[in-house]
Amino acid sequence: MRLEPKPAPSIAVALLYPAGAVVVTLALTALLVLAAGASPLSVFGLVARGAAGSQFAILETLTRATPLIFTGLAVAVAFRARLWNIGAEAQLYAGAVITVVLGTGALPWPSWLLLPAIAISAMIAGALLLLFPAVLKTRLGVDEVVTTLLLNFVVLLFVSMLLEGLLKDPMGLGWPQSRKVIEAAQLPRIITGKRLHYGFALAIASAVIVWVIMKKTALGYEMRAVGHNPEASRFAGIPVNRVLMKTAILSGGLAALAGFSEVAGLKGNLTLDLSPGFGYSGIVVAMLAMLNPLGVVAAAIFVAGIFVGADAMSRTAGVPSYIADVMVALSLLTMVVAILLMRFRVRWR
Amino acid sequence: MTEALDILLTASFWVAAIRIASPLIFATMGELICERAGVLNLGIEGIMTVGAFAGWFTVYSGGDLWAGVAVAATAGAMFGLLHAILTVPLGLSQHVVGIGITLLATSLTAFTYRLLLPEVTSPPKIEPFQPLPIPGLSQIPVVGEALFSQTPLTYLAFLTVALVAWVLYRTPLGLAVRAAGENPSAVEAQGISVSGIRIGAVMVGSALMAVGGAFLTMSAFNSFFFEMINGRGWICIALVVFGSWRPGKALLGAILFAAFDAYQVRLQQITGALVPYQVFLMLPYLLSILALILVARRATYPRALMIPYQKGER
Amino acid sequence: MTPQPPTVLRLTGITKRFGPVTANDAISLELRQGEVVALLGENGAGKTTLMNILFGHYVADEGTVEAFGRPLQPGDPRAALDAGIGMVHQHFTLAENLTVLENIALGTQKLFAPRLDRSAARRRILSLASDFGLAVDPNAIVAALTVGERQRVEILKALYRHARILILDEPTAVLTPAEADALFATLKLLVAQGLSVIFISHKLHEVMAVSDRVVVLRGGRLAGEKAISETNRSELATLMVAQDVHLPPIVDVAFGARLLLLDQVSTAGRVSGARLDRASLALKAGDITGLAGVSGNGQAALAALLAGTERMTAGTVELFGEKRGAWGAREALQLGIARIPEDRHAVGTIGDMSVTENVILESYRGRRFCRRGFLDWPAARAFAEGIIRDYEVKCPSPDARIRLLSGGNMQKLILGRALDPEPRVIVANQPTRGLDVGAVAYVHAQLIKARDRGAAILLISEDLEEIVALSDRICVISKGRISEPSRRGAKTIPQLGEMMAGHGLEAAHAS
Repeated sequence: MRLEPKPAPSIAVALLYPAGAVVVTLALTALLVLAAGASPLSVFGLVARGAAGSQFAILETLTRATPLIFTGLAVAVAFRARLWNIGAEAQLYAGAVITVVLGTGALPWPSWLLLPAIAISAMIAGALLLLFPAVLKTRLGVDEVVTTLLLNFVVLLFVSMLLEGLLKDPMGLGWPQSRKVIEAAQLPRIITGKRLHYGFALAIASAVIVWVIMKKTALGYEMRAVGHNPEASRFAGIPVNRVLMKTAILSGGLAALAGFSEVAGLKGNLTLDLSPGFGYSGIVVAMLAMLNPLGVVAAAIFVAGIFVGADAMSRTAGVPSYIADVMVALSLLTMVVAILLMRFRVRWR
Repeated sequence: MTEALDILLTASFWVAAIRIASPLIFATMGELICERAGVLNLGIEGIMTVGAFAGWFTVYSGGDLWAGVAVAATAGAMFGLLHAILTVPLGLSQHVVGIGITLLATSLTAFTYRLLLPEVTSPPKIEPFQPLPIPGLSQIPVVGEALFSQTPLTYLAFLTVALVAWVLYRTPLGLAVRAAGENPSAVEAQGISVSGIRIGAVMVGSALMAVGGAFLTMSAFNSFFFEMINGRGWICIALVVFGSWRPGKALLGAILFAAFDAYQVRLQQITGALVPYQVFLMLPYLLSILALILVARRATYPRALMIPYQKGER
Repeated sequence: MTPQPPTVLRLTGITKRFGPVTANDAISLELRQGEVVALLGENGAGKTTLMNILFGHYVADEGTVEAFGRPLQPGDPRAALDAGIGMVHQHFTLAENLTVLENIALGTQKLFAPRLDRSAARRRILSLASDFGLAVDPNAIVAALTVGERQRVEILKALYRHARILILDEPTAVLTPAEADALFATLKLLVAQGLSVIFISHKLHEVMAVSDRVVVLRGGRLAGEKAISETNRSELATLMVAQDVHLPPIVDVAFGARLLLLDQVSTAGRVSGARLDRASLALKAGDITGLAGVSGNGQAALAALLAGTERMTAGTVELFGEKRGAWGAREALQLGIARIPEDRHAVGTIGDMSVTENVILESYRGRRFCRRGFLDWPAARAFAEGIIRDYEVKCPSPDARIRLLSGGNMQKLILGRALDPEPRVIVANQPTRGLDVGAVAYVHAQLIKARDRGAAILLISEDLEEIVALSDRICVISKGRISEPSRRGAKTIPQLGEMMAGHGLEAAHAS
C-alpha cells in the first residue's frame, strides 16, 4: 500500500471529505445505539432536536460552544506550528483562576476597564503556562505532549488547593468553590434572561482575528512554515524558536480566555467541574475544522450540539449520554483519515 | 525528622511501593515496546482505562481472575490494532491519533459501564487477586517481604520485564523491533515487513498497557471507577524516556517513582494538615516532568520514533 | 566456442508510471552468470526505479521479472532475497545504533526463534569477510564506521544471505577513488566465484573499467546495449544523453575583487556532521569556485556556515573586504548571500505550502511583501508568476502545493528565489543532483549567467566532471580541509582524485 500526493480538490469537493467523516461517525455510533437497545434514527432525531430543535436548544448549544471555540482556536493555532499543546485544559483553569482572583472585588474598577484587564491578565497566565513546556521543548528537546498533559493534572490539583484554601468561598457550605465575581466583572447576557453571554461574541471575534493572523500576517505565515518544515524554515532565516514562543503565547492565551469566559459569562465562580474536558474536546474541534480558525466556530457548534443534544436525548431515550463523548472521539479519528484521503491517493500496489 | 526516615526501613512501605509500581511496570513495558518499534502510543491512558474496566467486569460477571487479565489484554490489543492501522500503514500523526484513541477508549468505557450497570451508584467490588507469599523468599526481612509477598499479577509484571528484555536483546524478533525503530528501511531491505513488526509491537504493547490498567481494578482497588487511571499512562511515557528505552532501567525508574509515591502518602500522614494534601498529589506529575528534564540532554530517542514509513522509501 | 553461461535474471517489458511520469517504459534486461552488467544512464533515467522493482520495493505496472528461470513475486523484497538477489542501496539501509553483526543477521534467522544465534552469525561473517577481502569488526556499532566500511557491511549482508546476484546502486558516489578501486577488486572476486553483478552508474570511466556488458537507459527507455569490448566512451556518452546538450562557452574572465575570505576556519559540527578544520577559501567576483570532494568531508559544514546555520569555533571571516564574525541565516540573505541547499525537499522547500508561499520564503520580511506585519499576497503571487515565467517552471498554478512539482521545476523555483535579489555571493550545494539532463543544463546556464554579471559563486559538487566543466578555479575538500585553488585545467581528474583522498592537502596548509 502506498500513499501518493494529489492536487488539492476544489472547495466543494473538499467539503465532501469532512461530510464523509461525519457519516462514518454516525454509522459507527448507530451500532452503539443498537447495542443499547434503541433505534438509531430516533436517537439521532432526539439528539438533533435537543441540539437545535428550539430557541432554548440553540442558545444552549451556542453557550456550550463558546469555551470550545476558544480551546479549539488554541489547539488549531498550536498544531499549525506543530506545537503539540494538549494542555488547553490547564490553561483554561489558569484563566479562570485569574478571573476569580481579579474579579471578586480586588479591583474596584468599572466594567469597561475591569473586564479587559481581567481578560488580558487571564491570557498572560495561560500564555505563561504554555511557555514553560514550549521552552523545555526548544531548549532541551523535552516532548511538549507529555509535559502539557502532566501539567493538566498539576494545575487541576492546584485549583483544588486554592478552592479549599485561598479562594474558598466562606459562604460555600464547605463545597470547594470560589466566591462569585462582582457584577462589574460579569460578561453581560446577549439576550436578557437567557444563558448565552458576550463570551460567545468574544469567541467569534477571536476566531476572526486568529484567521486574519494566520492568513494575512507574516507571523501566521511563519507559524505555518515552521509547522510544515522547521528545517527549511530555519534555513530560510525564520527564527523558529521565537515563532514557537509566539505560538505558545497566542495558544495559551486563547485557551485561558475559555476559562475567563466561562467564569465571567456563565458560572460566576470557579469550581472543579468548570470544564468537563473542554481542553481535550478542543483538540477534536480543531481537527474537525482542519485547523482553520473560522472552521473552528462551525466545528465547536457541531461538537457542542452533540453534547447538548445527547444530554437531552439520554433523559428520554435511556441511552447513556457518554455516547456524545464516543461520537466526538470517533469524529476526530474519522476526520484525520478524511484529511489524509483528501491529500493523498491510496494505491494498493 | 527521624520519623520521616524510619518509613524507608519498614517492610510495609516497600510492599506498598512494589504494589504501586506494578501497573506502571506493565504499562511502561507496553509503551517501551511500541516506541522501540518507532511508534509513540499516546493511546496509553485510554487503553489502561479499557483494561481496568474489561478485567474488572469479566470478574464481576462471574469470570475467573486470569480470564479477566486475558480479556483486558485482548481489549487493549484491539485498541492497539486500531492505533496501528491509523499510524503505521496510513502514517497519520501519532500525536493526534494517540489522543484520539485515548478519548475513544475512555468514552467507550464510560458508555459501556453505564450501559451495563445503569442503576449503580457506588461501584461494586470484586474478589481481587490475593497476595501469594513465596515460601522462604518472603521471609527475608524488608527486601524479601517487599518483593515476595505480592499478588501473582505483580510477579507477572516482573516476569514481563525479563521477557521483554530477553525478546528485545536476545531474539531475532527483538532485533527486528529495534531495527524498525532505528531505521525501518534496514528492516525492509532484509525482507521483513516494517508494517508487520510495528503493528505487532503496538498490539502487544497495548495489551500490556491494558493489563497494567487491569492491575488497578483486580489487584489494588478491587472495583472500577471513572478516571481511576488519573494520568498514570502519561507518567509511564515519561518513565520510558527516563529509562532510556531500556527495560531494566525503566523498571528501576518505575520502582523509584512508586517508592516516592508511597513515601509521599506516608509523609502526608505525618505532616497532617500543615501542607495541603494536593501538594503531595501533585508530586508524581512534577516528578515526571523533572525526570524528563533531567534526561533530556542525553536522551537518545529511537531514531525513527514518530516517523511514519512507506515501503520503498529511503 | 564455449557455451554461453546460463541466464540468471530476466526482466521483460517492465513499465512503471508515477502519476504522469513514466519512469520505466517497457524495459527488458538479461543477466548471465558470472558477468558484470553496467546499467548506465543520467540521473532520472530510471535506473534506480528499475532496480527497486526488481528488488520488490515497487510493483511494476507491466512486465515480469524472472530469476533463475522462475518468476519473481512482485512487490515483495523477501521474494527477491529468497531468490538470491542482494541489493546495495545508494543510501545505505543500516540501523546505525546496532552492531555490524545485528545489521547483517537481521531477518536471516527464524523471526520467532527463542534465541538469536550470535556465535554462528559471527563465524559466518568472519569467514565471508576473509574470503572476499571485506574486513569489518562484527561487534562495531555501525555509527562508528566509515562510509567505505558501511558499504562493505552492505555487501556482506547480501553475501550472508547467499546472494547470487548483487545489485549495486551508484556504489562509488560516496567513495574516494582508492576506495572505489578496492570495491572493483571485490567485484572481480565475486564474479570469479560465479556471482553476477548489476552495477548502476552514470560515470563512463567506471563502467568501462569494471563491466562486461553495458545497458544504457535514457528517459526511462532502453537506449542501447553493448558489449564493453565493442564500444567506447564517446559512443556510450551519445547513447546516454538525449540531445546534444552543450554548455555555453566559458570565456576566461578577469577575476574581480575578493568578496569572501575564510581564513583557518573551524566549525562546531553542531548541525552538519563532519566539521571544517582550519579551512581557508576565497571567493572572487565573476568567478565560479568549484569545490570537489567525496561527500561527508565537510562540504555540509562549509555550506551551512556560509548559509548562516552553522557556528564557527576558530578562524576569521572577511566579507566584502571587512573582517567580521559569522552570520545567521536571515543576515546572510540581507548581506546578499544566496544559498541553494543540497536537499531541496527537506531544506529548500516546504512541500505542503504553495509555490507562492515558497518563493517568498527568504524575502517575506522585506518591504516588497510585508507592511506592518501584514503580507501583500497579490504582490507575492505576482512575484511567483514572474519566476514561473522567467525560469520556465512547469507548474499548474502558483497556488499548487510545491510537493507536486518535479525535482527540476522545484530547483528552478529555488534558483529564481535565490537569484532574484541579484546576490553578490552564491553558495550552490549540489545544485544538479538528481535532475534530468535538461534541468542540469538550465541550472548550469543560470549559474554562469550570475557569474557573468559579477557574482562570486561557490559550487559544491561530488560530481568531478561537473566541477571541471563549470569552474574557473577548483579547490578540493578532504577531512574538513580545503586545498589551495587551481585554475581549471591545471590539474587532471586523477590528480584531483588523489587530493580528494587527502593527498597533498596537509602540505598545502603547512606552507
